[in-house]
Amino acid sequence: MNTTVAAAVSEPVSRAAPSRWRPSLSRSRKWALWGAYAGLILFAVFFLIPPYYMLVTSLKTSQQIAAIEGNPWALPWPPTVSNWLALFTDTQFPIFFRNSVIATICTVAISMAISILAAFSLSRMRFWGSATLATGVFLCYLIPETLLFIPLFQVVGFLGLMDSMWVMVLVFPTLSVPFCTWIMIGYFQSIPKELDEAALIDGASRLQLLLKIFIPVAMPGIIAATIFAFTVSWAGFLYPLAYIFSFDQMPLTVGIASTMIKADVFQWHMIMSAALLAALPPLVVYAFLMDYYIAGLTAGATKG
Amino acid sequence: MAEVSLRKVVKLFDGGVQAVRGIDLDIADHEFVVLVGPSGCGKSTTLRMIAGLEEVSDGEIWIGGEMVNDIPPKDRDIAMVFQNYALYPHMTVFENMAFGLKLRHFPKDEIKRRVDRAAAILSIGELLERKPKALSGGQRQRVAMGRAIVRDPKVFLFDEPLSNLDAKLRVQMRTEIKKVHQAVKTTTIYVTHDQVEAMTLADRVVVMNHGVIEQVGPPNELYHHPATIFVAGFIGSPAMNFIPARLSNGAGALRIELGQGLSLPVPADRTARYAPHRNKKLLFGIRPEHLTETTRTDKQNLAPITVELDVIEPMGMETLVHFRIEGTPVCARVDPAAGAQAGQPMTLAAHMDQMHLIDADTGKVL
Repeated sequence: MNTTVAAAVSEPVSRAAPSRWRPSLSRSRKWALWGAYAGLILFAVFFLIPPYYMLVTSLKTSQQIAAIEGNPWALPWPPTVSNWLALFTDTQFPIFFRNSVIATICTVAISMAISILAAFSLSRMRFWGSATLATGVFLCYLIPETLLFIPLFQVVGFLGLMDSMWVMVLVFPTLSVPFCTWIMIGYFQSIPKELDEAALIDGASRLQLLLKIFIPVAMPGIIAATIFAFTVSWAGFLYPLAYIFSFDQMPLTVGIASTMIKADVFQWHMIMSAALLAALPPLVVYAFLMDYYIAGLTAGATKG
Repeated sequence: MAEVSLRKVVKLFDGGVQAVRGIDLDIADHEFVVLVGPSGCGKSTTLRMIAGLEEVSDGEIWIGGEMVNDIPPKDRDIAMVFQNYALYPHMTVFENMAFGLKLRHFPKDEIKRRVDRAAAILSIGELLERKPKALSGGQRQRVAMGRAIVRDPKVFLFDEPLSNLDAKLRVQMRTEIKKVHQAVKTTTIYVTHDQVEAMTLADRVVVMNHGVIEQVGPPNELYHHPATIFVAGFIGSPAMNFIPARLSNGAGALRIELGQGLSLPVPADRTARYAPHRNKKLLFGIRPEHLTETTRTDKQNLAPITVELDVIEPMGMETLVHFRIEGTPVCARVDPAAGAQAGQPMTLAAHMDQMHLIDADTGKVL
């Protein structure tokens, strides 16, 4: 009887024994996490090196930068903020900053106004050629700006906007509107048609439908498009370089490069300080709106 | 509240697809009418034309004595409940229900009074400050109904409102919809593909197929007196059995021959009606519930049929038995105590006073 019991007990044990070793779920998960963290840390270090180098350099004097025995990666001691202060007292940095802010605000406002209206009509109103037009909008985005700046030179000259900061308000939307419209088309198409129909039956006009239903519902997409338009304008370099020659009309990007590099003399301490301060506004905007930005891009990618 | 009339209404989509083919329908004030039919029969298109969401290709639609063909949806004074609720996701339940009234510039206290009243009817008073994403499917559908009720429109339109709900909730909401109609009595047009919903909710059912109306009538009339083979087969679950048949004169009386030596007597009151169709290809139609066990074979108009059972489906309160007559699958409903067994012969009673004879060529019930 004892033998029978022993056999009965040992049987499940022998069945449970695996024929070959397999990692448990938690163990594989742990390895996956370690791998992910290692990859992310590497990625973060790679992308944080330039801003770190900018910060370190901006806190050094010109002599410290030029010193051969100094470590270019180490924080100077004592650090100096004289470069940062000098930006506002000795250079035209405040003017460049003002020009960039004005051009960006105008570009964002114009781009969003056009692309929201365009996306609403292309995604919701059936009219002759609407599908072709939507494809055309996307194709416009694919044309590189380096191809456009020479023909645009003619247009800018014709309009009398050469060497004026307002040229940026004219040309930046040509880059931002197609992409913003494309993002918004995708987002608007993901809104169920029944929502429009319910609103129309409730008594809404087309404009009320856009203002009271579409814009609030598509806010993540609108924010994503806004960030894109902001980036295009804030970081725009080629067009202002080609069309603006006077310092008082230049934005940050061109202004810094034009005034702080004199012939073959690079004022690294000033360039780095200016570049760091110029990078702050996008950093603040991205930090606050990143979640919306990702949500908006994802919607555009899958539905558009 | 108002009556609704459709006069020779046609809907032709791009590409020449004719979704609705000249239908005529009159819906009385306060009436609850259900449009039912399979997918693609034109029922939803008809509803959307009444709502003004689709243009009418030809014909006229009248609401409350006014032709509305060219009137936009917002000016038709109708309210619609959609299958996927169509609640505004960024608004609270209160704002959802008040939206239509705000657009029509109702005073604030009137909006609140109407929303509170609708919320009380639908028992959603405690949900008014929530957003739609925080609601269950059933609650969302109640809010969608609330949005329609607050408007106090001439006509309610429901487009398959229960299709997204699970079976249990569907039955519950069906009762709710009926209660709401009893409370507010607004003329209602309801679209569904579920014949049970149609039968339980409607004052009158409109059965549609291939863009035409097959039959209009109260649920019981459609069930007991279908006009066509489509209606006979669509209404009722399990569906009516159709067995190829012909008429013959046997022993001085008209009989229905089903093959396999099965010959059933035509009820005396129908002999005159069926006699002219002796030489036609016919179908004998009988519902599973009118093929039962033989405990009552002594009664008038019950004809015995002996068959060999293929499959038995016990349902608890009844048992469905499946067999074949001349290769045609047939279903019968018998008492669980009748002792039906697969592979065994069983004698069933056909309730001949409930039978239908259908012209196989025209599909008309004779």
